[in-house]
Amino acid sequence: MLPVHWPLYRPEVRHYVARRLKMNHTPLFSTHQRLGGKLIEFGGWEMPVQYTSITDEHQAVRNAAGIFDISHMGEVRVSGESAASFLNQTLTNDIRKLSVGQGQYTLMCNERGGVVDDLYVYHLGAADYLLIINASRIEADVGWLGNRLASFPERLKVTLEDQSKSTAAVAVQGPRVKEFINQVFSGPALGGSQVGNPTDLKKNQVAKYRFEGAEVWVSRTGYTGEDGFEIVSPGKVIEPIWGRLMGAGGSFGLKPAGLGARDTLRTEACYPLYGHELDENTTPIEAGVGFFVSLDKGDFVGRPVLAEQKEKGVSKKLVAFKMAGRSAPPRPGYGVWSVGAGAACVGAVASGTQSPTLGAGIGLGYVPPQFAKAGTPVEIEIRGKRAGAVVVPKPFYRKAD
Amino acid sequence: MVVMSNVPSELKYAKSHEWVRPANDGGVIGITDHAQHELTDVVFVELPEVGRKVKAGEACAVVESVKTASDIYSPVSGEVVEVNKAVVENPALVNTEPYGAGWFFRVKLANPGELNSLLGADQYKAQIGG
Repeated sequence: MLPVHWPLYRPEVRHYVARRLKMNHTPLFSTHQRLGGKLIEFGGWEMPVQYTSITDEHQAVRNAAGIFDISHMGEVRVSGESAASFLNQTLTNDIRKLSVGQGQYTLMCNERGGVVDDLYVYHLGAADYLLIINASRIEADVGWLGNRLASFPERLKVTLEDQSKSTAAVAVQGPRVKEFINQVFSGPALGGSQVGNPTDLKKNQVAKYRFEGAEVWVSRTGYTGEDGFEIVSPGKVIEPIWGRLMGAGGSFGLKPAGLGARDTLRTEACYPLYGHELDENTTPIEAGVGFFVSLDKGDFVGRPVLAEQKEKGVSKKLVAFKMAGRSAPPRPGYGVWSVGAGAACVGAVASGTQSPTLGAGIGLGYVPPQFAKAGTPVEIEIRGKRAGAVVVPKPFYRKAD
Repeated sequence: MVVMSNVPSELKYAKSHEWVRPANDGGVIGITDHAQHELTDVVFVELPEVGRKVKAGEACAVVESVKTASDIYSPVSGEVVEVNKAVVENPALVNTEPYGAGWFFRVKLANPGELNSLLGADQYKAQIGG
């Protein structure tokens, strides 16, 4: 059975149209339509997968600049005197490392160490935090956080607010973004990191600016492996923000980019995507993001399991692999096989695509640790036939400093 | 944004976006300009073995773009007598010359009458809204 995700080409288009009636739309939906974006469903949202071609949009981000609508992502504000200690018992990374104006990648685990979600947390101000969570996990996360808070002794000193519906966001990514972003947001910053213009922000820093009377947060973060910024704003100003960025960035090669390029870019950078590399039965240690698990900060949900895995090892590990010769691209769900005598299916592809940068099929997959060493030959089962691949160091792509 | 697709009048079309160019007792098969435009960035083509007997509507080739793998269905029944090695070497030909150098395979028709049940250019144009 082939994975066929080709809604406009197949008779399934009828079912797609039926589902479309129930899908969520971001405030930029009409912008995507006007730009000719090809629309697909993603986590309950109807979003552009591409405007011109995934390869073109990918290269625009690697070489110049691209702008992505990420308004489907969720935003949860956590504030109050005990917000930090609540978050530190709920998330894996150490929030005490964050001074005001800084953000960090972190994960939220269940008691088994499985990942409820991976997210970014920003320290916006005194006792004020913003979580940026995956679109497909908003309901699960808000429920989980609510339940955790209900059993948190200092719950009266913490306020949780799901701002996902009223909040929008765009990501502007690529080496040339720093040449034009200050035309759209200019300092001095009004909150968060005490900087002047957005280009004064260092990686993972966040600052508040005003745009058409609205409060917007600009961070130096992204999901592409390039330098770039993410802008979180009230939904009502995201269209003019998009428009101003397009106007400022046009002469620098800024192009709208869809979820297709977002996926190839993050796969080359080996950033996990929830639902592919991460789920409730997979731990951060297995997924290779143990760096973001702080075992020395005190207790937090999932800590005992994660500590044991860090000490004793894991039974599956996420590896990066590259197809060895001319081959169809690997796709999620394909089997990963060992080679030689006693060859067997030892794992599965979590993410796979054709890499526009490498011009080869690349993927991320889970295998037992004995197959996880770089240089290990493996085979990927593609439509009943096995094609050669090799485990390689992560990431596939790293920008030049 | 509507891009007008090229739909040559001398070809026959399947609803699933393959074309057939009838010649003598055979037919050359490929995918339409509309299909390649929907796919964009074709990165891999897998073709049937020469000698394989295919039935009309049978999945017998695969075309992969960056994002997706899609089956290609033979619009007609017959024996595969030739495949386009050039398109396997250079899959981008599907994008640049979908009716020319980007053809897929040639069959010897088992039932030439099947051609009459395929779409003409005008009918196919109507289907794709072009």
